[in-house]
Amino acid sequence: MLTASDDAVVTHVPPTVLRVPEHTVEIVSDSGEGAQKCGQIFAAVSAKMGNGVWTVEIIPAEIQPPARVPEGASGNRIRLGSRPITNWGDRTHLVVAFNEQVLLARHRVDALADDAVLLIEDKWARSDDPDIVAAWHSAMAELSTRNYRIIPIAMEDACLAVVDNPRKGKNMFALGMLAHIYDRDMTRITEQIAIAFRKKSEDVFAQNVALVELGYRWAEEHLDFSIEIPAIASHVPLLVMNGNEALGMGAIASGMELCAMYPITPATSVSHYLSEVFERFGGIVHQAEDEIAAAGVAIGASYAGKVAFTITSGPGLALKTEFLGLAIMTETPLVVVNVQRGGPSTGLPTKVEQSDLLAAMFAQPGDAPRIVIAPATIEECFHVMITARRLAETFRTVVMVLSDANLATGVTPFPKPTLDEHWQAAPLDISPIRPGQKPYGWDPDTGLSERIIPGRAGGMFTLTGLSHDEGSKVAYSSGIHQHSSAMRSRKLAVLQSLLTPPRVYGDNTGDLLLVGWGSTKGAIEEAVDRARAEGIKVSSLHLRFLSPLELGLKDIFSRFAKVCTVEINYSDDPDDPYITEENRRRGQLSMLLRSATVVDVDCWTRVPGEPLRPGSILDAIRGRVPRGGTA
Amino acid sequence: MSYACHLLPVLDQGEDEHEHHYEMSEYEGARARWCPGCGDHSVLTTVERLLAAEQLAPEQTVFVSGIGCSSRLPHYLRTYGFHGIHGRALPVASGIKLHRPDLNVFVVMGDGDCTSIGSAHWLHSLRYNMNLTVMMLDNGIYGLTKNQTSPTTPQGFKSNTQPMGSFLPPLNPISVALGVTNASFVAQTAEWAPAHLYATLRAAYHHTGFSFVRVLQRCPVFTPTIFQRAVQDASNIALLVHDDGVVTPGLDAIYTQQIHHDPHDLAAARAMAEQTDRIHLGVFFRDASRPRYEETRRVAPRTRAERVQLLEQEFTRYAV
Repeated sequence: MLTASDDAVVTHVPPTVLRVPEHTVEIVSDSGEGAQKCGQIFAAVSAKMGNGVWTVEIIPAEIQPPARVPEGASGNRIRLGSRPITNWGDRTHLVVAFNEQVLLARHRVDALADDAVLLIEDKWARSDDPDIVAAWHSAMAELSTRNYRIIPIAMEDACLAVVDNPRKGKNMFALGMLAHIYDRDMTRITEQIAIAFRKKSEDVFAQNVALVELGYRWAEEHLDFSIEIPAIASHVPLLVMNGNEALGMGAIASGMELCAMYPITPATSVSHYLSEVFERFGGIVHQAEDEIAAAGVAIGASYAGKVAFTITSGPGLALKTEFLGLAIMTETPLVVVNVQRGGPSTGLPTKVEQSDLLAAMFAQPGDAPRIVIAPATIEECFHVMITARRLAETFRTVVMVLSDANLATGVTPFPKPTLDEHWQAAPLDISPIRPGQKPYGWDPDTGLSERIIPGRAGGMFTLTGLSHDEGSKVAYSSGIHQHSSAMRSRKLAVLQSLLTPPRVYGDNTGDLLLVGWGSTKGAIEEAVDRARAEGIKVSSLHLRFLSPLELGLKDIFSRFAKVCTVEINYSDDPDDPYITEENRRRGQLSMLLRSATVVDVDCWTRVPGEPLRPGSILDAIRGRVPRGGTA
Repeated sequence: MSYACHLLPVLDQGEDEHEHHYEMSEYEGARARWCPGCGDHSVLTTVERLLAAEQLAPEQTVFVSGIGCSSRLPHYLRTYGFHGIHGRALPVASGIKLHRPDLNVFVVMGDGDCTSIGSAHWLHSLRYNMNLTVMMLDNGIYGLTKNQTSPTTPQGFKSNTQPMGSFLPPLNPISVALGVTNASFVAQTAEWAPAHLYATLRAAYHHTGFSFVRVLQRCPVFTPTIFQRAVQDASNIALLVHDDGVVTPGLDAIYTQQIHHDPHDLAAARAMAEQTDRIHLGVFFRDASRPRYEETRRVAPRTRAERVQLLEQEFTRYAV
């Protein structure tokens, strides 16, 4: 392979232009070498040039893992297309790697296409340390088992023309190479560098631009190929950001003014974003002493005025549980964002999973009905916060927003929202209460009531987590508890009656209906498209409302021979030892749907610590529906 | 009255309460259900007296509590109340104060509530130093759940969970509070000295910042005798007196042991807190100049239209 790759370094032959509808590129490095910065700038520029883009982060578990170890691989994976890209795809076609160990990591998790082009820093082959040289050759041997095209490049040596310490600069050199390979607009790249390094000095900016130009020229002079992905300019203005930024902006647009949180991956970056901007919008981020206090501060603020929110991830949700019960019992509105990661316990802190659905719905002693909604796209991460605030206030309950690490760190463009000031809460009303108004004046049909906040004359009452009547008086009779439980529960049925039935993706009838929720929408629908192209009669349904469930599911399910959820959580395989129809532990949405519809809903779930690949879902579809229809 | 609510635009500022004089009885809520002889009754009456003396509008006043006998107190007042969960009164009160600095916020906790399950919030709330008036009603026992050892139970005291006697020396809440950076008001009083209780709570209310008051109490059922020596013989009590602390001239005849203590002297306060030969009642420490979190974090309010306009600008940073 090493000799073959020398062919790539040519100078006079015009390069081959590979015109493709989409391409996936990765930049991987040791932590701290700036691969993520390189990937982010490349992705942002690509989006601005009109390509569909979906970016995911490749994140090691530690902040500074040892250098040159596979588990330290850090970087970005960017899938580019002529059309909008809705998920991270299957495998990578081109990689820039700063050492062979991080490249091996990607190879070993089957991230790379069989014919992938690998651009690799090759200074390790010339190291004074014989162990490093041996590791290099061993890695090349392992990589040569596939049909990769390996192109060794002396990136750091080249960077010496501009910087003294090329370890810190080669990410910009790599960006320059990618700019040439994918014919990116250098003006936009310069602009994006200015944004990415806005907190750094002018010198840093100038040096980075010089390095990008160096990488660009190097690729122009040495590489025998380039890749063209035709871009289709959008007719509407677009924004590009990750899901956590979208959640933060959505919170601002909803008019909420207090975000109480405690640091936890992968939710924390919502608060990083808000900490930077929220005060300008009249809001604050309160970093509490712990997860429990964060929930308590948000509940106290909500009780006293406008709906507040707290953000967390799985272990933090577990800690907040008692407070959420209080908010539900006292009908104090609250928005809880749970950016899911792998669990249980500390689990996979930086990796995507959808394992908190049942915890989000049921983790509570006693009956505690709450609303659970899940954005399916980064665009929906923005809008879900506006919906969540309004639902929390209208229905006086906890609204749980289930995002995940895939949406949190994924970056993709979406149409710029048309802002509406009515998305925000009205200014506080502290006029005296109406005669006869009670703190829980439940409408007997709907369970809805208007809350009373401190400051309203005549409205004084003591809110309590004890069972209480409509006047908030502590209940000592079983009848009151039965009635108040019914009132809190009824609200969910009322909300469901207001929902629009979900739209089936694909035909309304068929052999198989896949049902998903959350960040898997893009991958599921892509798999459905590919299966339908093969003649398989498969459709999909994506749920945003999980509590209450969306309307009309039983009717939709009845039009398909099989129904199967696709989820990133654990389920037993029916063929595993000891597993029977009765003891099989199923995917979490599957369990809910079976209970709600009494339909035999199957599941296909995986917990790979990465987003689902459309190709894997396609295989699952093929396994359930043989070509030509149900057997 | 003035509304200090800077976070929020306010639609209606309510009626002008200066036209109305509140009687003590107007602060009374549901009939108290504590045991006869419980020190909580004394605290409740003193609180009602304070509310009337300060003429606090009931609708502008919130009492936040956790869980325990003492945490029932908000139910027995006719103000706004928040009877939440065990150990977590302080985060709730902090949220209320952060969002609505215009409200008078009081916190009532028991010893288990504050110094055991809620200890993290206690320490950090002392440090946040938000303008809250905080009472820790310390009867040295879990009463509501029937006689379990708390962190402040005297060593050797027999309970249902430690029938051989409490294993450890009790936690000293005053020493702990005085050890927290940015604590701004630490005082101790006793339920059996109503005049001192009133004067201390009033000083706490008038302190701008987190005023922490430990109220020594007896549980008539489980710990009726833990302060027997001090109750029966006033010479076991030393009053800390200072013009900037608590002065109770009416008690001079009873409490002859008096120490002139400047509440700004933290080292002296800490030394006294460690002395166990006598019970010190009074203000150990006070410093009104310490930063208050809700003031530090105060931001300019935005109208809905302003927020939309600013968000449009923010979008340009992310525009494709």
